[in-house]
Amino acid sequence: MTDSKYFTTTKKGEIFELKSELNNDKKEKKKEAVKKVIASMTVGKDVSALFPDVVNCMQTDNLELKKLVYLYLMNYAKSQPDMAIMAVNTFVKDCEDPNPLIRALAVRTMGCIRVDKITEYLCEPLRKCLKDEDPYVRKTAAVCVAKLYDISSGLVEDQGFLEQLKELLSDSNPMVVANAVAALSEINESSPTGQPLVELSTSTINKLLTALNECTEWGQVFILDSLSNYTPRDEREAQSICERITPRLAHANAAVVLSAVKVLIKMMEILAGDVEFCNTLSKKLAPPLVTLLSSEPEVQYVALRNINLIVQKKPDILKHEMKVFFVKYNDPIYVKLEKLDIMIRLASQANIAQVLSELKEYATEVDVDFVRKAVRAIGRCAIKVEPSAERCVSTLLDLIQTKVNYVVQEAIVVIKDIFRKYPNKYESIISTLCENLDTLDEPEARASMVWIIGEYAERIDNADELLDSFLEGFADENAQVQLQLLTAVVKLFLKRPQHTQGLVQHVLSLATQDSDNPDLRDRGFIYWRLLSTDPAAAKEVVLADKPLISEETDLLEPTLLDELICHISSLASVYHKPPTAFVEGRSAGIRKTLPARQGSADEIGQEATVIPNQESIVGDLLSMDLGATAPAAPLGGPAATSNIDLLGGGLDVLLGGGSSDISTAGGAAPSTTGLLGDIFGISSSPSMYTPPKTCWLPAEKGKGMEIHGTFSRKNGQMSMDMTFTNKAMQAMSGFAVQFNKNSFGVSPSGPITMTPLQPGQSLEYSLPLNTTGPVQRMDPLTTLQVAIKNNVDVFYFACQMPIQILFTEDGTLDKRVFLTTWRDIPSANEVQYTINDLNGNTDTVSNKMVMNNIFTIAKRNVEGQDMLYQSLKLTNNIWVLLELKLTPGVTTATLSLKSRSVEVAPYVFQAFEAVLKNC
Amino acid sequence: MSSSAIYILDIKGKVLISRNYRGDMDLGVIEKFMPLLLEKEEEGLLTPILQTANCTFAYIKTNNLFIVSTTKKNANIALVFVFLHKIVHVMTEYFKELEEESIRDNFVVIYELLDELIDFGYPQTTDSKILQEYITQEGHKLEIQPRIPVAVTNAVSWRSEGIKYRKNEVFLDVIESVNLLANSNGNVLRSEIVGAIKMRVYLSGMPELRLGLNDKVLFESTGRGKSKSVELEDTKFHQCVRLSRFEIDRTISFIPPDGEFELMSYRLNTHVKPLIWIESVIERHAHSRVEYMIKAKSQFKRRSTANNVEIIIPVPQDADSPKFKTTIGSVKYAPEQNAITWSIKSFPGGKEYLMRAHFGLPSVECEDTEGKPPIQVKFEIPYFTTSGIQVRYLKIIEKSGYQALPWVRYITQNGDYQLRTN
Repeated sequence: MTDSKYFTTTKKGEIFELKSELNNDKKEKKKEAVKKVIASMTVGKDVSALFPDVVNCMQTDNLELKKLVYLYLMNYAKSQPDMAIMAVNTFVKDCEDPNPLIRALAVRTMGCIRVDKITEYLCEPLRKCLKDEDPYVRKTAAVCVAKLYDISSGLVEDQGFLEQLKELLSDSNPMVVANAVAALSEINESSPTGQPLVELSTSTINKLLTALNECTEWGQVFILDSLSNYTPRDEREAQSICERITPRLAHANAAVVLSAVKVLIKMMEILAGDVEFCNTLSKKLAPPLVTLLSSEPEVQYVALRNINLIVQKKPDILKHEMKVFFVKYNDPIYVKLEKLDIMIRLASQANIAQVLSELKEYATEVDVDFVRKAVRAIGRCAIKVEPSAERCVSTLLDLIQTKVNYVVQEAIVVIKDIFRKYPNKYESIISTLCENLDTLDEPEARASMVWIIGEYAERIDNADELLDSFLEGFADENAQVQLQLLTAVVKLFLKRPQHTQGLVQHVLSLATQDSDNPDLRDRGFIYWRLLSTDPAAAKEVVLADKPLISEETDLLEPTLLDELICHISSLASVYHKPPTAFVEGRSAGIRKTLPARQGSADEIGQEATVIPNQESIVGDLLSMDLGATAPAAPLGGPAATSNIDLLGGGLDVLLGGGSSDISTAGGAAPSTTGLLGDIFGISSSPSMYTPPKTCWLPAEKGKGMEIHGTFSRKNGQMSMDMTFTNKAMQAMSGFAVQFNKNSFGVSPSGPITMTPLQPGQSLEYSLPLNTTGPVQRMDPLTTLQVAIKNNVDVFYFACQMPIQILFTEDGTLDKRVFLTTWRDIPSANEVQYTINDLNGNTDTVSNKMVMNNIFTIAKRNVEGQDMLYQSLKLTNNIWVLLELKLTPGVTTATLSLKSRSVEVAPYVFQAFEAVLKNC
Repeated sequence: MSSSAIYILDIKGKVLISRNYRGDMDLGVIEKFMPLLLEKEEEGLLTPILQTANCTFAYIKTNNLFIVSTTKKNANIALVFVFLHKIVHVMTEYFKELEEESIRDNFVVIYELLDELIDFGYPQTTDSKILQEYITQEGHKLEIQPRIPVAVTNAVSWRSEGIKYRKNEVFLDVIESVNLLANSNGNVLRSEIVGAIKMRVYLSGMPELRLGLNDKVLFESTGRGKSKSVELEDTKFHQCVRLSRFEIDRTISFIPPDGEFELMSYRLNTHVKPLIWIESVIERHAHSRVEYMIKAKSQFKRRSTANNVEIIIPVPQDADSPKFKTTIGSVKYAPEQNAITWSIKSFPGGKEYLMRAHFGLPSVECEDTEGKPPIQVKFEIPYFTTSGIQVRYLKIIEKSGYQALPWVRYITQNGDYQLRTN
């Protein structure tokens, strides 16, 4: 026998004792007993065995006792579903109690008992409570609908609770409205279709805005959060919402303030056109954001993470508030690190002196993580604010003098980046760096130092000795350091081949023979072969110019940033990850994006009725007035759905670009003579995708002349490639060609010079084209109307140009320009497209695209997804920016397009598909 | 949207009391909380939000308790944290101190509160005065069942009807805290004033109050631009203030809660001289001694006096045998805080005082590098506001037409007042 029996008997005894007390007749005794049961439950003892006895106490008019029994039920009903049924009757009865407190308590508790059998009985009482005369009961019932939806969404829809909930949005009581809106938002977010089940209408929005002034602080947050999911019809509505929400910025509750900020920033996106209004609003946003930094540290942390997003999206709002982000000695470390991050984001030439002196101060603190981050921050400032680079470097040198080990190591890591950004500028400090070689013990710092030695081997007299000393412990080094060492020694050898042959052989054999690391071996073998076969090529490869680094590397992806802005004050905004990254299943909700800028829908409708007679405007390009020329018939594809102002910038660029293009395109195009030779001459080089020829003019319509054709672009020269077939009985001659005005001003560079076509004969002819012709917007955009004349007659036909022939060879953008352009183009001008059946990875895609003048600007990997940023330019100077998101191993990919003239989107997508599928 | 469950844990991570609101997670997930917290602390990556594979913990710490909220969704985390602090506030109002013992003693009331404060993760009624009307600690008298106060769902959710006082009085305290950050060269990096207007309201019925301040925006809009006024950079109001009214014409109008509350707070950047300025000369002779020469200067008007001034000067943790010499006040060494405190009961404006301190240092140095905590100053200056803010009037209108007396007090005190040292 062990002692454990005492424990079991005591336990049994206790339960037994409680049982008899629960069944005592005296009310007071009963209550005491239930309290004991709850106390045991609180400390984690299993008292589920008492279920029937506790439920027996449920019918009481003592409210405190009732609450305790309900609490017990919530905890154990799931483990005793059959017995829980016993409680249903009392619940139903309590839902009709004269005391609203009890009615509400009953409906609230029933919703928390997640047992199917009980749920069935919940519907009737819930229906009544939703119409209860007491607002307290109604507001509790509203939340209960959300509870029920969580257990059984079908039941809620079938029983018409959604409609009832919707009616509560017009309730006279603000708290009821707030809870109803909270319940609806939750239901919308977990909608299985991904589409909101209940859309908010303008009149509902007005009711919400009214309730906003009267409900509790929490209710205000619910309302503001649901407003942030609403996209107003037009700018006027957006503006009025802003005006009614702005007073919330003065609320003492930080959650109310942040939710208001979220709505306002979203609305500003719609109101981007109204610069003055946005500026005033931006000014109003700064003070409340700053005040958030006086709240509790946890709230400060959330605020800072959000401010980090806001300064990336709208850098102007807080640009003068640098000082408030200075770190205080007693800030918790998580607040310090976030403040530091924002300081760098706000650093500019105007405030860099102050920032640097602060960072230097922080670098002498004791908290190692904080100090490291401060040193890194100095490096980032040097890269971000060019004129300050020199000061930053000297600050870093000062810090290296302190000889504090981790400071020195961190400084060396960032100095490497500074060298990358400003080559051949600060190499004079290398000797100082070399003095600290022995103290470096962290892989990243060692690797950085080795890189520096290799990169500047020609300036460091004893580079060979230094590298040699590293080689002694090669096997023990971290892989990162080994790779750097290998490359550095090869660089050294290429720069100073005398006396370093032994060294390079040594490192190559270490890398290829003694290492298990495949990366290292592969790199070793490549160098070895390069060096042994073609040292000149090796030089070109190893000593090639490196791409510059810029501060953009730590900015968020623009699309991700926009999504996160929609999630201000939520967990996503703290993690800087979309909700899908950390929320499971359907509850992740609908992906949010900033709203499109509002075009005026009625204007488009009107314009559509006044399509001008095209003949009437022929020939007069300059007097063309936008209103008259815009056919504004809906374009196919995504552009049509996004309500873009067709009369705004887009067409402007199309037309203006086209007409002003005469000089530029003319300059770019080589002289027309000898073009054919050029084309044939370079036929071996990889070229743009040319669609197969299609029949443009069938013989029956061409009086025996049949034309098949396509368009191509080679070496910057567009041409129309045609096959003429004579199916008539007589020879054809006297060919001539003419184009009607078209969207891109495409016209023949010269007349057709074709030999007469004998009956039954086929001839190939390539007609060189330029884009200097008159412009008129066509629909579809790429339509080209052609007239061909021969000795028989004039024939008219229309064909579609593949848009890629209009992509120019200079369509590549600088990374920074790309990023700013992407950000500047309003999200209204963004169109997305899903590519199916995609094979290959970013590299293959990138290679295919570059042949078609779609240039890759950058590649990134974000959470397992490959992102490809590309740009292209049309002959009429329209820039198109693309972001391709693909997941390795998945055949669907998302292509996002941004352009000032977003009408071209469907054609670009077509081209993209065509290239992918056919190259 | 927000919390799946709320837990109160003791310092070791043991659950004292908990309430599951959404039933979408097993209550046992809390077992992971403490190990995760310790792990993150070890890595130096501690944040108030901890993430596991399928849930997020958000927590605050108070009086050796952790108040933890769990969620599986993309919750409104700002709301969660504000709410967690609110829970602490409400429970402190109920039990004086929120600590392990008071939780055990009151677990029934706490369950009731947790039931009323939040429903399905959505915060509901959190006003402790209103809650106290229907959730009481003594247990309910047998026959009379409590009713819900109208205020719970009223537009005025913070005040009950039918309050009666024999003498109707209002006390207004204007309290300005000065935040200062100066670097070791004596340059002021940041200086701001965070003001608060606190009220104690003892008024009958449902009074309408209107508060008039010398607000610059208001003065300029009403053509009194020349009168002395202050520019409030950002104001925050208690929920009783009609915000849209303030936005329209800067009128602060409200029906106050009963008793004590903070009506509003405001913030402004100032370029005034620091009220109390400290110059310090610290001479450190390694392995033998360290000497301090501290000069304190009051830079406000001679009419005013700062009371209970405390200047807290950090010293090395291995310092010993303190010696002090000062012209005024007293100096104490607090080894547990590694600091000396120079206290001056009364410090009139325009004065300058000096203090010297001398410590021995051991010949063997301690290995840990020490930080450089700043010098901190505490003070209170009554009848004085740095910003010059003034209460011009407080109008009280109640339909019964009683006369009420407003009392106003002004005080300026230190906020986060830090001066970095060499």
